[in-house]
Amino acid sequence: MTRWMRHRLFLPVVSLVALILVNAIARPRFVQITVRDGELYGALIDILRNSAPLMLVALGMTVVIATRGIDLSVGAVMAVSGAVALTIIDGSSDPGNVGTVLVAIVVSVLVALVLGAWNGFLVAVLEIQPIIATLVLMLAGRGVALLITDGFITTVTSPPLKYVASGHLLGLPFALFISVAAIALIALMERRTALGVLTEAVGINPEASRLTGVRSRGIILGAYVVSGTFAGVAGVIYSSNIMAADANAAGELIELYAILAVVLGGTSLTGGKFSIAGTVIGVLIIQTLQSTILFLGVSSAESPVFFAFVVILVVLIQSPRVYQVARRMTGGRRHHPAPEVTTGVEVTS
Amino acid sequence: MSQSTMAIGRRERVSEHARTFVSRHASMMPTFAALLIFVLLLIGAQIHFGEFVTPRTLSALLLDNAYLVILAVGMTMVIVTGGIDLSVGSVMAFTGISCAALLDAGYPAVLVVPGIVVAGGLIGLLVGVLVQYFDVQPFIASLAGLFLGRGLAFVVSLKSIRVEDDAVLWLQTTRYRFGDWYITPTGILALVVALLGAFVMQYTRFGRTIYAVGGNEQSARLMGLAVARTKVLVYVISGLCGGLAGLVLTAYSGAGYPRNGIGTELDVIAAVVIGGTLLTGGTGYILGSVIGVLVYGTIKTVISYMGAEQSWTRIIVGLMLLSFIVVQRVIVVRAERRR
Repeated sequence: MTRWMRHRLFLPVVSLVALILVNAIARPRFVQITVRDGELYGALIDILRNSAPLMLVALGMTVVIATRGIDLSVGAVMAVSGAVALTIIDGSSDPGNVGTVLVAIVVSVLVALVLGAWNGFLVAVLEIQPIIATLVLMLAGRGVALLITDGFITTVTSPPLKYVASGHLLGLPFALFISVAAIALIALMERRTALGVLTEAVGINPEASRLTGVRSRGIILGAYVVSGTFAGVAGVIYSSNIMAADANAAGELIELYAILAVVLGGTSLTGGKFSIAGTVIGVLIIQTLQSTILFLGVSSAESPVFFAFVVILVVLIQSPRVYQVARRMTGGRRHHPAPEVTTGVEVTS
Repeated sequence: MSQSTMAIGRRERVSEHARTFVSRHASMMPTFAALLIFVLLLIGAQIHFGEFVTPRTLSALLLDNAYLVILAVGMTMVIVTGGIDLSVGSVMAFTGISCAALLDAGYPAVLVVPGIVVAGGLIGLLVGVLVQYFDVQPFIASLAGLFLGRGLAFVVSLKSIRVEDDAVLWLQTTRYRFGDWYITPTGILALVVALLGAFVMQYTRFGRTIYAVGGNEQSARLMGLAVARTKVLVYVISGLCGGLAGLVLTAYSGAGYPRNGIGTELDVIAAVVIGGTLLTGGTGYILGSVIGVLVYGTIKTVISYMGAEQSWTRIIVGLMLLSFIVVQRVIVVRAERRR
């Protein structure tokens, strides 16, 4: 039991289960899953589907944070990739063609990859602080997206694009398959090869890992490329969801929610050890919390207050000082007999 | 012959002087560069538009960016300690909409104005306590402040609220004229805050401790400086500045709006960095940040003069930020090599 409690995923998992239980008690329909035309529907399925963009962004963010970095530009990259995809589809003669949509998606994800490489170049090669290096693209990216769409919100009607966010495959939402594929890809890359260990080494001590022969530059660059590419895919899913490229609203504040998801999952912002499963749970917690807040009848605009308290709660739980206080309170009684024993020894000697 | 050698000697001596000046004031170089860019921007705009550097445009520059100047003062102090404050934009939105809502409910401005400034300071205090006493990274702690401020702003009101209070509108509508120049009480407020901030940073024990903490926190602590108090206090000051900026913005736009200031924290950080403050802490000047804000404001004005998309503002500011951090990086690397 105590071994379970010591596991670093214990708190995230407990919070997620508690959140789902509270919801299930407050509204039994929450856990209900109905089958219509061989496709699954329900609040839980919605959470899985709607979490896809945040899941992708948070996975990329996990890798970046593991290298001691941070990527603030993900929201802007989402806006750019959505703008590129929709502009290509809008400009083509046949927006409903599967080929057109595929080309649009590939091009927009490649653009996102280049943007990620740009961030990586600034951080790994020019050695600029990650916060400020990615801030450049965060500021400029939305402007670029607005220029691509000419300052308008580009809308299209294209069934293949709509499928990405709203379609079903084998009864499950297609977006879920994208998240699962992304999780599997990251887990395979980081945990089945040495890459994960090297990434953690770079995050824990960049200088020492460089001296032991780890090519930290390439690893850091790669982390930002992954983050950018995943943000690009997230941008496509986002614009497929609303069937429009909205350069201002796409991925608004997503960088903050993604960082929150990573921290909720137990990965420290100081870099080093990271947990992919933790991030996945963190994303699900955030998405369930959002669904809960909507259910409570709180306007979604007011939901940041809740997230503020969640952030404060989480950082307090993780804080060493609170840990010490808690240990003193629970372990204090056990330690009390110790001085008596030593005095006893002194007396006998 | 001898005359020409003397000329060469003098030229060498001048360049020698310049070199010692540069090395002695290395930390001020980015600020000088910002000033140079500001002047070049003004000259370029003057040549391009024919009528840009007029008392009217320059007065409007301060008026339009008064709230940014105030935010930049607090942000500079936080960044010099090595921290960052992401909450300023939403603190400004929260205090701005609270100001409008409380005035609308009939409370007198004498109570409302100090109230909202203190409210901003309290959010700053929360961030500061999280940073100092719970070892939370400034980025995450101020992120909580960002969420809190934005959410509270929407709790106060989802719609914009007009301000009809004479005292608050007076801040904006009064214009003290000197010929064609004019200044509003909001502009005076911004200048006073900036000068006060610069004085505190340069000449007080608290200000010098800010630099010491940013330079090397461990050493500052071992020297017996009040590190904890200073670190909490800079976030409180940043929060107070956010509260004041909320007042100024509400007076400026004549209304409170809960969506005000989304992304303003990034504009402020960009302006502070352009003004020559290093994000690693330890180096920076408040008057430099003021210049950074003016550069930002000038770019915005130039783009609206050209009738181009306002999205270019962010792109150009982004590019400028990039060139500045690259230049700063070069300076830092050269300084390290000299050691």
